[in-house]
Amino acid sequence: MTTSSHLVYLIALPLISAALLLLLGRKTDKWGHILATLVSASAFGIGVSEFFAMQGRTGDARAATQKIFSWISVGTFKVDASLLLDQLSICFVLLITGVGTLIHIYSIAYMSHDHDRRRFFAYLNLFIAAMLLLVLGDSYLNLYVGWEGVGLASYLLIGFWNQKPAYATAAKKAFVANRVGDVGLSLAIMIAFAQFGTVTFAGVKAGAPHASTAALTAIGAMLLLAAAGKSAQFPLQSWLGDAMAGPTPVSALIHAATMVTAGVYLITRSNFIFDGSSTARLMVVIVGGITLIFGALIGTAKDDIKKALAASTMSQIGYMILASGLGPVGYAIAIMHLLTHGFFKAGMFLGAGSVMHGMDDEVNMRRYGGIGKLMPITFATFGLGYLAIIGVPPFAGFYSKDKIIELAFNAGGTKGIILGGATLLGAAITAFYMTRLIVMTFTGAKRWDEKAHPHESPILMWLPMAVLAVGSVATGFLFNSGNSLVNWLAPVLNSRNEVGGEELMKPIVVSALALLAVIIGVGIAVGMYRKEVPVVAPEKVSVFTRIVRKDLMQDAFNEAVLMRPGQKLTEGLVKTDYFAIDGLVRLVAGIFASTSTALRKIQNGYVRSYALIMVGGALALIATIWVVTL
Amino acid sequence: MDLSNYIYLSVILFTIGAIGVVVRRNAIVVFMCIELMLNAANLAFVTFARINGNLDGQVASFFTMVVAACEVVVGLAIIVTIYRSRRSASVDDASLLKR
Repeated sequence: MTTSSHLVYLIALPLISAALLLLLGRKTDKWGHILATLVSASAFGIGVSEFFAMQGRTGDARAATQKIFSWISVGTFKVDASLLLDQLSICFVLLITGVGTLIHIYSIAYMSHDHDRRRFFAYLNLFIAAMLLLVLGDSYLNLYVGWEGVGLASYLLIGFWNQKPAYATAAKKAFVANRVGDVGLSLAIMIAFAQFGTVTFAGVKAGAPHASTAALTAIGAMLLLAAAGKSAQFPLQSWLGDAMAGPTPVSALIHAATMVTAGVYLITRSNFIFDGSSTARLMVVIVGGITLIFGALIGTAKDDIKKALAASTMSQIGYMILASGLGPVGYAIAIMHLLTHGFFKAGMFLGAGSVMHGMDDEVNMRRYGGIGKLMPITFATFGLGYLAIIGVPPFAGFYSKDKIIELAFNAGGTKGIILGGATLLGAAITAFYMTRLIVMTFTGAKRWDEKAHPHESPILMWLPMAVLAVGSVATGFLFNSGNSLVNWLAPVLNSRNEVGGEELMKPIVVSALALLAVIIGVGIAVGMYRKEVPVVAPEKVSVFTRIVRKDLMQDAFNEAVLMRPGQKLTEGLVKTDYFAIDGLVRLVAGIFASTSTALRKIQNGYVRSYALIMVGGALALIATIWVVTL
Repeated sequence: MDLSNYIYLSVILFTIGAIGVVVRRNAIVVFMCIELMLNAANLAFVTFARINGNLDGQVASFFTMVVAACEVVVGLAIIVTIYRSRRSASVDDASLLKR
């Protein structure tokens, strides 16, 4: 383990910049966005130099740590605020700062007409700092700080245009759903501390082999809950679609490339927990499997281009979660898909933003059509991302998704067939809805308003898109050649080179099947949407379509199962409080009040009645004494 | 002569005094009734002293007489003052404490 002295700058730079922009306020309006972008770029620079420095070291010396200060020291509970940069963290650092910088550049142009651009950049920097802390923390508690930080940044950015009540509500929804997951993370940390007496990754890793399976399963389940909240996985998935209320660069950075993948990071980082509990792994696989189909189905019925992409993100993260539940080699494959997805999905979101930019912020794909000719660069970059996500060789998504499908089939027995079938089905649906999206947006007849004048975006916007498109093309091949990524991550994730398990089918057969699924999906979509697309979504549709349009009833479900009973419970508690608790207090007070009102009448001011009472009292006293002594 | 007759007389006098305090309105009469009760008590004290054959009761009756003398002075002064300011010696009219 090497000690480093400049890891802290990765986090400190964007944090200071964010504080500067927020505290100095309007004074920084002129140069705030430039500062923020430069800071993000310099964080990327530090990341790259750290990466090359790591390449120069070998074995255990590759990982670097830095202790910033001693944070908590209570009895035997000691937590340092220290950072850990290992083979896993560096992948995320490069993704966050790299894609982050590109999106900063893009936002300069995209947000140029916005009154509050400075505040936007301050939040973006805050996000970068928090996300870097999340992936660099060397203990669960440090991770937790970053975890909450990205939640805050996400909330602030979804509700960036909070003058619209619907957007403010969307931000709140995301925050609440995340909070449920956060409870899982804090419980996991508590159980880990109770079990191992420490919350550092190294300490928990050392203790995990000796812990009971039940404890590991409990920690794993709580970590999965946390991951489900942050990564919009079943059953906490419903916030992601509404999170598209935020500006498009935010959707690209936070809700596609980085923050929503934090759940995958958490699970892969905790590989030592999941390695010890097959039940926890099974839960992970089930959640991933359900979400990947769930998200893909939602994607098929969305007319809002951003929401379609959000559904797709949910589905793709489902793939990653599924992979990370499939044992040692799965972790590395999950990270591989995460990285490639970071490129192509961020690229496509920026493409969607570019289309919106040219179309007066219209998001309804039914009002697009034929934009490809007018926005050739956007079309080209989006198209490359599209080929990557549906998994056409040799684009990035092919390598990573193909590996996951192969892994799923090799899970063994019935489980393998079910998982493999689900991933194949997911691939086919993905191909369908992405083709639908691209056909409705870029080809066919124009369906937009007379007022709209689609035009190609400025260079500051298309340049990041182009860079991401190159990433969508090349990264898969890069990561896969000679298993470079799997080997690189092996010391952290204990992953082996070969795809494990008994081979159900040869890799080539799996690839062929996956490709067949993609061709079927694309074929159906082209067949359905090549013709005239109605400007208004047709009303006469099957029950199934209706349900899918309503996001598979996820909101209705949450309302019926969680919200209404919750409201009833609160109402009941309010009533109990009013009638039982307050009522008791009021009853006691009432008894005293009425008694004293009655007693007050004795004090009538007439001497003779006082005298009578005295006489009566004396008589009563004498009578009592007489009775007692009798 | 049976000493218990003195006790009966004392009880009768005390009762008359007590009833007088409660039923009469005139402050002077109320006052006289109080005196009557004190003297009834004195009579009882003296009688008990005689019955028990010691002087304790007689000493107590002297105390009572002294206290009664003081009480008469203060009480009559109050009654005269009230009569002067209110032109009435009725105890029911002097019920200002109620308000």
